[in-house]
Amino acid sequence: MASEPPLLSMSGITKSFPGVRALDGVDLDVQAGEVHCLLGQNGAGKSTLIKVLAGAHQPDTGTIHWRGEAVTLRSPIAAMRLGIATIYQELDLVEHLSVAENVHLGHEPTAAGFVVRGKVARASTAQLLKRLGHPEIDPARLVGELSAAQQQIVSMARALSHDVRLIVMDEPSAALDPDEVDNLFRIVGDLTADGVAVVYISHRLEEIRRIGDRVTVLKDGRAVAGGLPAKTTPTREVVALMTGRNVEYVFPERPTKDVAADKPLLEVRGLARDGEFEPLDLSVRPGEIVGLAGLVGSGRSEILETIYGARKPRAGQVLVDGRALRPGSVRAAVRAGLGLAPEERKAQALLMLESVTRNVSVSSMSRFSRGGWIDRTAELGAARAATRELSLRPDNPNVPVRTLSGGNQQKAVLARWLLRGCRVLLLDEPTRGVDVGARAELYAVVRRLADEGLAVLLVSSEVPEVLGLADRVLVLREGCVVHTAPARELDEHRVLDLVMEGSPAS
Amino acid sequence: MTQHASPPRDSTDKVPSTGAPPAWRGLMARADVRTLSLLGVLAVLIIIGGITKPDEFLDTRNLQLVLTQASVIGVVTVGMTFVITSGGIDLSVGAIVALASVWATTVATQEYGFGGILFTAVLVGLGCGLVNGLLIAYGGMVPFIATLAMLASARGLALQITDGKTQIVTIPSVLDLGERDAYVLGVPPLVMVFAVVTIIGWLILNRTTFGRRTVAVGGNAEAARLAGIDVRRQRLYLYLLSGLCCGVAAFLLIVLAGSGQNTNGNLYELDAIAAAIIGGTLLSGGRGTITGSVLGVLIFTTITNIFALNNLQSDVQQIAKGAIIVAAVLVQRRTASTT
Repeated sequence: MASEPPLLSMSGITKSFPGVRALDGVDLDVQAGEVHCLLGQNGAGKSTLIKVLAGAHQPDTGTIHWRGEAVTLRSPIAAMRLGIATIYQELDLVEHLSVAENVHLGHEPTAAGFVVRGKVARASTAQLLKRLGHPEIDPARLVGELSAAQQQIVSMARALSHDVRLIVMDEPSAALDPDEVDNLFRIVGDLTADGVAVVYISHRLEEIRRIGDRVTVLKDGRAVAGGLPAKTTPTREVVALMTGRNVEYVFPERPTKDVAADKPLLEVRGLARDGEFEPLDLSVRPGEIVGLAGLVGSGRSEILETIYGARKPRAGQVLVDGRALRPGSVRAAVRAGLGLAPEERKAQALLMLESVTRNVSVSSMSRFSRGGWIDRTAELGAARAATRELSLRPDNPNVPVRTLSGGNQQKAVLARWLLRGCRVLLLDEPTRGVDVGARAELYAVVRRLADEGLAVLLVSSEVPEVLGLADRVLVLREGCVVHTAPARELDEHRVLDLVMEGSPAS
Repeated sequence: MTQHASPPRDSTDKVPSTGAPPAWRGLMARADVRTLSLLGVLAVLIIIGGITKPDEFLDTRNLQLVLTQASVIGVVTVGMTFVITSGGIDLSVGAIVALASVWATTVATQEYGFGGILFTAVLVGLGCGLVNGLLIAYGGMVPFIATLAMLASARGLALQITDGKTQIVTIPSVLDLGERDAYVLGVPPLVMVFAVVTIIGWLILNRTTFGRRTVAVGGNAEAARLAGIDVRRQRLYLYLLSGLCCGVAAFLLIVLAGSGQNTNGNLYELDAIAAAIIGGTLLSGGRGTITGSVLGVLIFTTITNIFALNNLQSDVQQIAKGAIIVAAVLVQRRTASTT
């Protein structure tokens, strides 16, 4: 094997986005015919790495060798030509086209160069689907009518319709039933037997043990371990690699005051949404930070958005100060004093074309207006006071919000609710896209707001963040609360065991 | 495998520069580059007009005519600017103007005199806007489709009311508004209406909560919703506003033409959209400028006038308009990508 160059060899890959260094000198070797697992927490850089591999992102520095030759993956098409196919978590299929049309998208079998030969396409698609163990999928059906698992099979068929040497699968099992997972693993086995390499991304350690050959662990944009044996490396070592911190987070001190006796400010009773989360009870007292820990897909964001009224619950109630909110109404929630800092800041919270002032004042416009007429001096003054209180930089609320770094954009969102006089703050992944150095400051801000009497409900996939910041932690797994405990009684190890394996492991 | 310690990373919270130096800022805030360039284009056009037809173009009567012609489409464009700023589109404006103008000039309506005509025109405009708004905001229809349907039906209804005939206005007080005697200091009343609508529109968009909500909905509807804005109600109001502008424009057109016709307002939707776009309002929403829209209207009307004075046919005019739209949008993309 030593004489043969690896199929793929990436070395020293770096990639920065405004405010974040997503990849910081990552190396990755993949041999033909192996299942190479990529492991890491959210934000560790997995997605960015596979996008570089798929040609969707251009690395800032670093080299990529393919079968021993240096290559540049200028575009997804270039990567595909080499034989690299990627199956993303969010499937990239065209819902209104048929299965066969999706599989052959961009390389349709044609007659005379442009007439699509539908029958040929359908026949070859049927063959691919059979190879994938799903002969029951009709190539003529529209992709939008298929289940998530079937769509994934179509995605895979599309990858195989090219002469593929390496397939990247980004959490392929996340949407699958156990039976379907078994089928997926059979397919992976067939592929590797044919000499195809698979780069497999998953949070589930037991899967990696079952099908993986080697493991590369990413953390904070670095490969902290490359090519570990997947079957024999102890769980403890893998978890330690994923969590061991080079950069220590600095969390603010918890207050000594005990709030357990206080009346809850936010109460959630039996809140449920079909297919997202089971009936859920929780309460947050003024001055308290409650954390929800769980993986992507465990229903965390959905829970926050339902509490906030952005999604309509199937059952259950949200009470603020003992008064029930109208379900499914954001306006009712905001009026009652709720504020949400959503997961996708740019898509869900910020008006990117507008100044910081206008982003901060948007929820409190009635405070600066009489008869609809805005007092811009008062507005600017209030926005300045709110952003200063959070030490938002630059100290000039007239700059466009898009010029701010991730951490300061988050502060602008917090300032919005501060100005509104909000009493219950819902934070969804508050430090996503926030530079490591700026996080400590955000943590301090959140703690201070709690000390001032706000009730804070925090969602994060970064376990240390939940443990370090929250007073009480609810651990979620697939829409269910599997464990509740004061944060100081839990450690990262235990939480990761709970969320990844569902049962307390030693 | 080893775990190598990485050096501590520096926190790179970059402080962006605050742009132009203070001395510039006041001027830049009031007249941005885009507005200045539109003014430049208008100035060039006036020079061209002055050179090619020195006597006719700069004649007071001609200038009054240009402004009067700009008034009707101008009022429509102010409403359209709001709709586009909110991320929507109103394809029905021309048809609403037609319907309002014929409904307000039927024999039955004319019995109620000046007030009857004005009231009917405005009410018809608001009614059509209400239907558009309800379909879009609460019926979940795409603005393009809902207003396209309104375009077809309003035109049809206008034809049904008139049976294709021109309805002559016989109310002297209405007709007098268009006469030279009604000019105040040389300014036609129609132009004054346009000016008032422009100023009110500018104030609403830039100085009121209504304007803020419009921009927020257009910039990021989901963020606006999660910030506690009633996005649907705002959308309803916006199409009502556009309908109202169409009603006012229909009244101006009745005064100008002395009649109501079902062919009125032909292709106003395209003229209004084009004027808003070259003025700098983003078709994707989130940014709108009343000043730019009005300058866009003036540019188009001036071109039409210069071409007419030089006996160029309307086919040439249309081609020139198309070229200007393309040029303006390309220039905007350039400036947008460099900032």
